[in-house]
Amino acid sequence: MSDAAGTSYPTRWKKPPFIKNSLLRWSIIVGSAVYLAAAIGTMDVNWTRAWEGLPRGVDMMTKFFPPNFADTRGVIFDGILESIWMAIIATIGGIILSIPIGLGAARNLSPRWVYLLCRFIVAASRTFPEIILAIFAVKFFGFGPFAGFIALSIGTIGFFAKLLAEDIENMNKSQAEAVRATGSSWFQWINYAVQPQVMPRMIGLAMYRLDINFRESAVVGIIGAGGIGAHLLTSVQRYEYDTTSAILLVIIVIVMTLEYTSSYLRKWVQ
Amino acid sequence: MPMIEKADGPVWKRRKSATQWLIWFGWLIALSIAAYAWKLISDKTIWMFVVDAPRQMMDAATRMVPPKWSYIDELWGPIWETINIATIGSIIAMIIAIPVAFAAAHNTTPHKLVRAFALLIIVATRSINSLVWALLLVVIVGPGAFAGTLAIGIRSIGGCAKLLYEGIEEINHNQVEAIRATGASPAQEMIYGILPQVMPTFAGVAVFRWDVNIRGSTILGIVGAGGIGVQLNSSINTIAWTQVSMILLVILVTVILSEWVSAKVRHAII
Repeated sequence: MSDAAGTSYPTRWKKPPFIKNSLLRWSIIVGSAVYLAAAIGTMDVNWTRAWEGLPRGVDMMTKFFPPNFADTRGVIFDGILESIWMAIIATIGGIILSIPIGLGAARNLSPRWVYLLCRFIVAASRTFPEIILAIFAVKFFGFGPFAGFIALSIGTIGFFAKLLAEDIENMNKSQAEAVRATGSSWFQWINYAVQPQVMPRMIGLAMYRLDINFRESAVVGIIGAGGIGAHLLTSVQRYEYDTTSAILLVIIVIVMTLEYTSSYLRKWVQ
Repeated sequence: MPMIEKADGPVWKRRKSATQWLIWFGWLIALSIAAYAWKLISDKTIWMFVVDAPRQMMDAATRMVPPKWSYIDELWGPIWETINIATIGSIIAMIIAIPVAFAAAHNTTPHKLVRAFALLIIVATRSINSLVWALLLVVIVGPGAFAGTLAIGIRSIGGCAKLLYEGIEEINHNQVEAIRATGASPAQEMIYGILPQVMPTFAGVAVFRWDVNIRGSTILGIVGAGGIGVQLNSSINTIAWTQVSMILLVILVTVILSEWVSAKVRHAII
């Protein structure tokens, strides 16, 4: 054996680690282990209660099948329709409100103070989950779908205005400049230079948001903001799990339909 | 772009008149839907409350300031619990979502039937809001953070697995083939060919989902599944507005911090 240079190269290849800095890697590993131990240690799990609940879970599962669509009180159909209409009108209302805010929140369109104001509105409406917005809407506007409409519209602003603004900021500048060079007014400029560039993506996003709004509108009823959620809660509290499963199935089918429609529509407009 | 020949020369129009009519017709339908949805919602609204809402809001706003700062002492526990629900829920979700995603991706699925089953899991867990999962799980395992963690975990399976399998489907097959050409077993192919390519996506998805789940876990308390939502719900019910504003502030800070952390981590990975 003549190891001429006297250095020994590793003869086996080792997979390079995901995080290269070994100090960082080990501190992340140790840190997560400590955190997990603390988190699981402090989580107050009542194992006897959970164990007693298992038969109840099995009972719930068996009662899920077959789902009972009989709908004796005539509430499923009504509630689902209410959820759908709430989602539609909240999407439309939210988008109408989002357009000026989105234009304002685009750095290349608006003066600095408008930009900051609109960004603040977007950030504020994005922070809180729709359910928290709905709790307050119910407090202020009374029970019923109007509260859900308000909550979902505000939620839509945070989503739609943000993406609209980002899309406008990424638009092709030369087209905008070409329209501006024709001596167009501000509104003509927005309508002929900006709108055609962002429209296809916005239609897709509107469909996507409708999808999200329907999912949310199906649960805001739990806190009294209208839609199918109230009946879902009632059916669980009355142990009518066959009705629960029927409602859940209807929700799943509608969500799937919306999702396929929206992805199809997005492919079609782009 | 059609030209219409007129007596005084050709006139340029953006669209053929048939297309134009079709577009107008589409707008008409959209407007009718909006009007009908609005009518249904407004029929179920007690307008007296809505008219009164601005006064109510001003009233609540004045009662909310200043927030009851000392209440933070009672909130540390719930915040810790909220974060733990989100984190452990996300970990549970990722552990289940990874095999589901490999089964659902075109290029790694063992069989078509397995793929269909995996897609079914993804759709069913995704379509149902975590609040509904929490509602059902509270019945089974009893109220508390454990139910919330499981709810977040189940809801996130679909959300994670969908993004994961889309990531898996986008991998570069040359690398996998190169590994196979060395005579690697299918398991080695997975470890050395596929995993290194999808690891960044996986980490990104996990952090993204964790961020979403922080928001989600703030509301689970409404149905008794632990976290800061318990305090929020009871404070609203007892009209303790100064506590409500303190809780909202805490949620705001938590959400902003989690968004900042997830943005930093994703930036570091990708």
